Amino acid sequence: MVTLEDLRTPKKNTWCPACGNFGILMSFKKALVELGLERDQVILVSGIGCHGKMVNYVNINGFHGIHGRVLPLATGIKLVNPNLIVVGFAGDADCYDEGWGHFSHAIRRNINMTLIVHDNMVLGLTTGQTTATSQKGFKTKSTPFGSIPPMLNPIAHALVSHGTFVARGFSGDVGHLTNLIVDAIKHRGFAFIDVFQPCVTFNYLNTYSWFKERIYKLEEEGHDYTDRTKALEKSLEWGDRIPIGIFYKEEKPTYRNSLPHVEDVPLTKLPIEDIEITDLLESMM
Amino acid sequence: MKTNRLSLIIGGEAGAGITRSGFLFAKACLRGGLNVFGVNDYQSLIRGGHNFYTVRVDSDEVYSQGDTIDVLLALNKETILLHKDELVSGGGIVYDREDVTLTSEELSRDDLKTYSVPLKTIVKQVEGEPIMRNTVALGATVALLNYDPEILNGVIRDTFSPKVAESNIEVAKKGYNYAREHHADDFEYRLEKTSSAEKRKMFLTGNEAVGLGAIRAGCKFYAAYPMTPATGLLHFMAANERNYEIITIQAEGEIAAINMAVGASFAGARAMTATSGGGFCLMSEGLGMAGMTETPVVVMVAQRPGPSTGLPTYSAQGDLRFVIHASQGEFPRVVIAPGDVEECFYKTIEAFNLAEKFQVPAILLTDKYLVESHGTAEPFDESRVKIDRGLLLTRDEYTGEEEYKRHKFTEDGVSPRAMPGMRGAIVRTNADEHNESGYTTEDPELTTKMMDKRFKKLDILAKELERYETVKFYGSREAELTILGWGSTKGPIRESMKLLSSEDLKVNYLQIIYLNPFPAAKVQAILRPARRTVVVENNKTSQLSSLVREHCLITLDHKILKYDGRPFNPGELSRKIKEAL
Repeated sequence: MVTLEDLRTPKKNTWCPACGNFGILMSFKKALVELGLERDQVILVSGIGCHGKMVNYVNINGFHGIHGRVLPLATGIKLVNPNLIVVGFAGDADCYDEGWGHFSHAIRRNINMTLIVHDNMVLGLTTGQTTATSQKGFKTKSTPFGSIPPMLNPIAHALVSHGTFVARGFSGDVGHLTNLIVDAIKHRGFAFIDVFQPCVTFNYLNTYSWFKERIYKLEEEGHDYTDRTKALEKSLEWGDRIPIGIFYKEEKPTYRNSLPHVEDVPLTKLPIEDIEITDLLESMM
Repeated sequence: MKTNRLSLIIGGEAGAGITRSGFLFAKACLRGGLNVFGVNDYQSLIRGGHNFYTVRVDSDEVYSQGDTIDVLLALNKETILLHKDELVSGGGIVYDREDVTLTSEELSRDDLKTYSVPLKTIVKQVEGEPIMRNTVALGATVALLNYDPEILNGVIRDTFSPKVAESNIEVAKKGYNYAREHHADDFEYRLEKTSSAEKRKMFLTGNEAVGLGAIRAGCKFYAAYPMTPATGLLHFMAANERNYEIITIQAEGEIAAINMAVGASFAGARAMTATSGGGFCLMSEGLGMAGMTETPVVVMVAQRPGPSTGLPTYSAQGDLRFVIHASQGEFPRVVIAPGDVEECFYKTIEAFNLAEKFQVPAILLTDKYLVESHGTAEPFDESRVKIDRGLLLTRDEYTGEEEYKRHKFTEDGVSPRAMPGMRGAIVRTNADEHNESGYTTEDPELTTKMMDKRFKKLDILAKELERYETVKFYGSREAELTILGWGSTKGPIRESMKLLSSEDLKVNYLQIIYLNPFPAAKVQAILRPARRTVVVENNKTSQLSSLVREHCLITLDHKILKYDGRPFNPGELSRKIKEAL
């Protein structure tokens, strides 16, 4: 079983000191240790942005793909090999801007995987521009007069897209986030965690203290995560009080459960040398 | 009497089952031992408009449609008005006088035979669906041609569910009997079963042939978004997924489709996607990722006329340069252009083998004319099929002495490929430039070394292809003119060669199948001694000429280019070739 030491890589970390990504990195590693997994059982799929470097910092299988395409890439991996534990990492711009077209589809398919979005409400690696989750009025180099549209609500979208595990975490609370990731990986179906992750360099507004003043834990207020309508109500809370924790959770058949001809068989191990196609050839005659 | 040689068009509104009926007739001919080619022409709409399907039948081999037609099955008046001038003198029109009023002024031809059959009334008699008018017309046509109606009935039985088949057979018989009773046996055209009927042949579209190739090659994951004319392949893979342990998924778009396919392939399954030019634009970035991460993937690009949406249901060859260069940066890739249904099958299998062996993307470049037309082929010879997965590690456990590295430097650039999930191996790749372990790098030396590693694969790939049939040569070496082409122009070129040889004109034909890496030595060997050369392409800028010039330093003498969305007809093409002589 893997240890934190095993998960170290030789790559020097290039995130800014105190970057919110560190909390996610630590939580993920701790979750893998807690789950007692082996390094070769898990694959990390990341997109482009500061979050994308996760692939350099966790010594497990990995595919650092292109901007916005974590979900279809991870979907392809998981569908052909259901034995792999697939965890996708994306940024807010990666998933909610460039890759938004994949979000609801991956969720409604209920692919058995986990998606963790590093949501710092700003584009970091391109040195500070607005994203889909930037607050209205947020001033950046690309929006010097303030971001015009209201922010996108990924939690609500995940809920109405038939999400079976919808949660939000905070990278400033590693213990809480670790538990969320453990639950997400254990969940049979698509598990989505949006993680508040302060960008200490480019987000002057949504800082550690800004979040700490506002967030509260759903589980501490008796939220019933089996009720989608209540979860949706909670997802609309924003302002002085912002909830984190599991909004909604249910067990439903996964995409692969609806493919009776392959069920749990990894397609990667099927022999392909002598596939019999005589019947098909006959049907053309 | 003209026996076992004719062209037939069935035409009507979209939604009237035109293609299906043309297919039934064609297959009935095939089962009589004849060779058949079938091509559909339809517009981008679901109801109304004008659709037609052309069937060419011959006891000799046929490679394309002809220039004229002998029989016209008209399900509406528009079909008669649009196609009457394509009919040869003595040709016949089958139509329904009760449904279509046709004056002699409108027809304006007195050298045709018209055979009215009460299509609508017969369908009404049996309380059938209006779409069954087609089958009545087929039955009547079989009678006029004095062909065996049982062959048609057999095809109907094999095509439809038992209930639908029986009602169609009933109306086909009624059409047959009506023609027998009401029309004089004066049609000059005849079809009869030949001795070859015992030797079974296949009749299939390019899409079906590519699909058969993919299934035979062990494709286990197919992701696509519907786009004409590649949609037929999606339908084929979806229809067959449950019998062959395949996952076929309709993605939310082409970007998703190629990313899913690359993911599936990285995980270790043979994977494919297909689209047309517009969808391939969206796939370009994913294609580059496959190149950078050295992940095999097979992409079929079925061309249609552009730019942009162009003519969505017609054919073209305008994307050759595009697929060779698509995506930013430089990486090796394979581009293969099959020219007929047989090549669609075998070359698809080659594409899967090469993609895996050299860990590169492989593109099958086809077009609407090839993938939606039906061609006749000998049953595919499976003894010719070899599966080569290259350096794929298929054991459950990695036992290498040193740590596994997905992008390990090797002499020929190809790194052993482990599947993630293999015990003891950490499999990591990266769309960023990376080191052997797949970790991101920006180091200049390593960057150079990695680029060189990927391109070393191109060298050995090109070497391997020397053993492959990358070009095909038809005709005698001694010729006044050498025709050059690629892809679906093959059919019309071979037909026009038949016409030219009947006039004692000596031409030969070089078909280029592998367009990247370009088989320069083989092409040069043919073109250097050639007296005159002419290139035939369905595009505006003669993209093959520019490749020949680039790789062989040879300028071709003439160009025959057509870019109206329609394939060349053999007579039209042979006239243009004569001008080049």
